[in-house]
Amino acid sequence: MASEGAGNELREDGADVRAEVGALPDIGRREAGGWLVPVAAALAIAALPLVLSPYGQDVVVRIAIYAIFALSLELLVGATGLVSLGHAAFLGIGAYVTVLASGDSGASLALLVPLAMGAAAAYAVVVGALSLRTRGVYFIMVTLAFAQMAYFVFHDTKVGGGSDGIFLYVKPVLAVGATTLLDLGQRVPFYYSVLAALVATYAFIALLLGSRFGHALAGIRVNEQRMRAAGFATTPYKLAAFTVAGALAGLAGLLLAVKDGAVNPELLSWHESGAVLLMLIFGGIGSLRGAVLGAIAFTLLKELFQSEALLGPMAGHWQLTLGLTIIAFVAALPRGLIGLGTRVRGLVSERAARAATAKSP
Amino acid sequence: MDTATFLVQCLNAVQYGLLLFLVASGLTLIFGIMGVINLAHGSFYMLGAYLAFALAPWFGDWFVTRLVVGVALAALFGYVLEWVFFSFLYERDHLQQVLLTYALILVFEELRSLAFGNDVHGVPAPEWLTGGFRLGGLMEYPWYRVFASAACLVVALALYAVVNRTRLGMMIRAGASNRDMVRGLGVDIRRLYRIVFAGGVALAALAGMVAAPLSSVYPGMGSSVLIICFVVVVIGGIGSITGALIASLLVGFVDTFGKVFFAEWSGVGVYVLMAIVLVWRPEGLMKRGF
Repeated sequence: MASEGAGNELREDGADVRAEVGALPDIGRREAGGWLVPVAAALAIAALPLVLSPYGQDVVVRIAIYAIFALSLELLVGATGLVSLGHAAFLGIGAYVTVLASGDSGASLALLVPLAMGAAAAYAVVVGALSLRTRGVYFIMVTLAFAQMAYFVFHDTKVGGGSDGIFLYVKPVLAVGATTLLDLGQRVPFYYSVLAALVATYAFIALLLGSRFGHALAGIRVNEQRMRAAGFATTPYKLAAFTVAGALAGLAGLLLAVKDGAVNPELLSWHESGAVLLMLIFGGIGSLRGAVLGAIAFTLLKELFQSEALLGPMAGHWQLTLGLTIIAFVAALPRGLIGLGTRVRGLVSERAARAATAKSP
Repeated sequence: MDTATFLVQCLNAVQYGLLLFLVASGLTLIFGIMGVINLAHGSFYMLGAYLAFALAPWFGDWFVTRLVVGVALAALFGYVLEWVFFSFLYERDHLQQVLLTYALILVFEELRSLAFGNDVHGVPAPEWLTGGFRLGGLMEYPWYRVFASAACLVVALALYAVVNRTRLGMMIRAGASNRDMVRGLGVDIRRLYRIVFAGGVALAALAGMVAAPLSSVYPGMGSSVLIICFVVVVIGGIGSITGALIASLLVGFVDTFGKVFFAEWSGVGVYVLMAIVLVWRPEGLMKRGF
């Protein structure tokens, strides 16, 4: 148990670098050749509306939005080694800006997307510039505190309707002249738009991590001091990653606002920030597929624990079952679902090796 | 604002700041010494408040006895919790600590909901502390608030004395500045951890018990305190008791006077304070200074 924890540690003193490089796969390299699975999965999900009930489609859309959110955080936690506990602020800002900019008469997607992502990115620049002055556990606390500040702005003031939140009266459309190209108010176009956004986010982050920029982030994660010694000004890289992650979370926020047709301050609460970190751990840190897998696992688990048909009266106390599940999961599978395969393979080969040594005289 | 109002607000600020200090000092020590980021620390504050509520019918007007019993129970709880849960966190990275203690909050909140329901409960202040004294004509300042400040101040001084004047305190200070060296010198570090953790829980629970008659007892009271305490720890500097005291009082004043002058925007004040400190001294006001 202890050795696994130590191998996963995001240290900067270089003591465990060898173990870390071995333990955390290089995202860009490992997944570059593996396009087949994500593409096949995307095609399968694209075919789902043919067979799924509206409720089922709703769950898929929710999972896809949370997958975008989790992917954006993966850029910080998995790729750069920055554990942010305030990521929900950017989701919430994206959602609120979408609703506020739509107003009573609605607005075009061409306006809303840059606005929502821009606003989230703007707050991310400020929060990033301040919180990146700190590191480690300080960083966790500072990001949490700044997210809470945004929460209070929407909760206490009249900017966003106070604690009740506000409704999105007219869903956004994309129109050229008089022809409507895309109406997010309709179920099927919205389903495919969310799916397209997920694919685009996944591809964008995969490309980013494969680029020079992504390699610099990986270098910062493994050993920031060495990167600095090699002549990289690491703070601008980290700030850029923080801002991009914030903008992508803003996109998830926009989609969430359109899906729910309303926003409230709970979107920015630290429970959301904790939940998205949890998705990453569930899936497995250091892997884009893990982030998506984690979003699926978390949403389905929550759905399961809240389902009265399956759990009866325990459904009312889903936080208890969820909490205990998290504890068991993190204790037993620190590398997440993605690590499950390697772990099983490791056990099998270990047993085979032991059997071989036992047989040899 | 006239002098009397100003004085009342100052007293409120000090009282709030001292209360925060009790919670934040445990948090900062637990992080400083064991390197564990404990999101569930706010739950111990909530535990104290609900203990005050649950013990109230048993002790009637024996208010101080009730406090002592509650704190003892909380310390025992902390001791056991360190044993069965937190001692497994030390070797894990921060991310896993965050998630495991986050899960612990969910468990605590739900157990609280099972045991006490989701209503807001009032806890009466003791008979001998009802009423107040006059301050400049019309203003009356309640005795219970005076008692709360005094109690927190006494505990803060006692904590200072323990940390700076006793053998245990010496080990705590040594542990905060170099954990491995202390272990190398043959100090039973596991016992030290358990004592510090139990002490931190007891301090947070005491704050909750003292605050219960003022704020009443309600669901989610732990997490709001937790985040403010993070701000206190960031401003004060991790592992520093003196820093935590200064930062608590600063936060107390900013929050109290923010509510007077800025009304609905007051929630932002303490975070602006934190931002200023981060720009000025990113490592906090006192870096491991005690």
